Amino acid sequence: MSTDLNLVLVMLANLAMLGSSRLSACIRLSAAQGILLSLLPLQLELAEHKLAPRLALFALTILVLKGVVFPALLMRTLRTADVRHEVVPMVGYVSSLIFGVIVLCFSFWVSSRLILPHPAPSPLVLPLALSTILIGLFLIISRKTALMQVVGYLVLENGIFIFGVALANKTPLLVEMGVLLDVFVAVFVMGIAIFHINREFDHIDVNQLTSLKD
Amino acid sequence: MIVPALILVPLCAGLLAFWWRADGPRRALLVLTALVHSGLTVAAWVQWNNNLHSSAPIAILPGTWLALDAAGLLFLSTVSALFLGCAIYGVGYLGREKHQPHIDYEEHLFFSNEPEAVFTGCLLLFLASMTLVCTSQNFGLLWVGVEATTLASAPLIYFHRQHRSLEATWKYLLICSVGIALALLGNFLLAVATSDPRGPTTGLFITDLVQNPGKLHAPWLKAAFLFFLVGYGTKMGLAPMHTWLPDAHSESPSVVSALLSGALLNCAFLGILRAHQVCVAAGVEDFSQGLLRVFGLGSMAIAAVFILGQVDFKRMLAYSSVEHMGILSLGVGLGGRGAFGAGLHAMNHSLTKACLFLVAGNILAAYETKVVKDVHGVRRLLPLSGILWIGGFMSITGAPPFGTFLSEFTILKAALDQGRPIVAVLYLALLAVIFIGMAGIVLPMAQGEPSAALYESRRREAILSTLPPAVFCLAVLAVGLYLPPTMTAMLDEVSVALGGN
Repeated sequence: MSTDLNLVLVMLANLAMLGSSRLSACIRLSAAQGILLSLLPLQLELAEHKLAPRLALFALTILVLKGVVFPALLMRTLRTADVRHEVVPMVGYVSSLIFGVIVLCFSFWVSSRLILPHPAPSPLVLPLALSTILIGLFLIISRKTALMQVVGYLVLENGIFIFGVALANKTPLLVEMGVLLDVFVAVFVMGIAIFHINREFDHIDVNQLTSLKD
Repeated sequence: MIVPALILVPLCAGLLAFWWRADGPRRALLVLTALVHSGLTVAAWVQWNNNLHSSAPIAILPGTWLALDAAGLLFLSTVSALFLGCAIYGVGYLGREKHQPHIDYEEHLFFSNEPEAVFTGCLLLFLASMTLVCTSQNFGLLWVGVEATTLASAPLIYFHRQHRSLEATWKYLLICSVGIALALLGNFLLAVATSDPRGPTTGLFITDLVQNPGKLHAPWLKAAFLFFLVGYGTKMGLAPMHTWLPDAHSESPSVVSALLSGALLNCAFLGILRAHQVCVAAGVEDFSQGLLRVFGLGSMAIAAVFILGQVDFKRMLAYSSVEHMGILSLGVGLGGRGAFGAGLHAMNHSLTKACLFLVAGNILAAYETKVVKDVHGVRRLLPLSGILWIGGFMSITGAPPFGTFLSEFTILKAALDQGRPIVAVLYLALLAVIFIGMAGIVLPMAQGEPSAALYESRRREAILSTLPPAVFCLAVLAVGLYLPPTMTAMLDEVSVALGGN
């Protein structure tokens, strides 16, 4: 599978998330996205005909965390919280999809105007990283369930990850592992918070979190 | 040797606290760790001072992960001092808190507290992560530290397990995590700006970047700074990314609010300062300073609007933090002596705000309300807290002879020296509005008579809850009267690194 195909599949997962009404489907899509992303560093290095052991370790960690652990944590929260299984959009699914397409076009336009100091491994990297980041932000603000906001956060994180792996690929392993550890703990803590929100309010609709304001 | 110990001591103590059943020894562990941490910080000061006066000073080598430079040491000292004060206050606070479910005085619903072991453990991990932020010399590690502070402090905000603090915790977690994710993008943009296709890439070490700025690609560096500013600015509470701040500060226990406002916001500011340091070295400081000035004045303006007529005194203090973060940002944005003033102001603000939040905690415990108009006669009911409440108010609004006056005046002078009269006028006008707004809230609370029922059931103020704020307040006063030469030397070094003089 080529890098381009991988990136296109990531984008399709984004669009599918924008159009999906089931929380469990969105969590599965984010898992698929995580698995695709774990292949990305390997593909990029193989294109240069070298494969360091640290990279294999890195890719494996991504696979386990983004492909298995995060979705499992979120699915567990979904089961234990026992809530409505819809994402409860503030923006309809069709409008969301149209937004996704507009974001994609915008990202291609912006990327065509940016001059990288050194050539990117694939012309799709920059626009797709950008659109994944923007779609992640959109999912956070346009979905009312707290769980879906966590999925949006993961999509945002994935977009930043594509950018980092493809364009800033020489970050020290220690830092990469630290970043992953932080994201892992973040998802874990958010999961606990959602559990408490559900117990306290009997739902995880963030629209009810409005007692604090000026 | 000192730097790893500074991180490892609170880390190990924090992990230990999670499994320690007995309350008494656990509280002793909290204070002991705080004491060891401050002791190590003092040792770092001695080392720094010796280095300053030695004939062959040791510089930080490229490729160092952890080290203390002037800026890091300045922020670490405030973190350490504040934590020690808050740990002592915290022992008294935890002693007063009930273990059984009790009634919430705002909505009269039952709620229980988080287990004390979790609270203490998270408090210590919070200290470890803030120390990591202050000592890291690598942008990646700095990011890891800042995100860790968010995760360690989220359970602290949710100490009182009721729905308002849960709402505040959720907003804090989500908004700050998204903000910090954008700062991660800033890291990667910086890596793109540094990467040289032919040479080995630097691993984003601050010293490397500052020493070899010639290889930096200016447009990408600017983009990186923008993302750092928005990302860490969210955590720092710069308007308009400050929305989580008033909620988290008003709903968490006062001892946590003091740490969030005095220590955590500074740590996030350090992240922005590091990025600014690279911009200065690469010669694009005009860009970064301009942005810092705009966000600084913007934050002051937003804070002024929300302080006027604020009904909740803890929220008022939270908005005052937004204002002071704006002042810090403005000071660095002005350059020249402004950076010196900002460094000094960061320290003054931390001490003053910690004092005010701890006193607010005493008022809250006595009156059981956060509503300004229900509190009268603090001076009569809580004599010492009343004095500190007024003293803290004078200090936070920059009245002489407090240290804040000195630092705010230095920033004003920098604005005039740089030939920016409009900035100076806006700055003074906003300070005046905030002074009036806060005076209208603080003074009526201190004056007047408390209700007879409250006055009958008054108790002597506990030393544990008045000593730390009193020491903080006196420290700010002392800085205003006499600035030790070591401190001036340190602030000068910070200022030079930030493009000042």
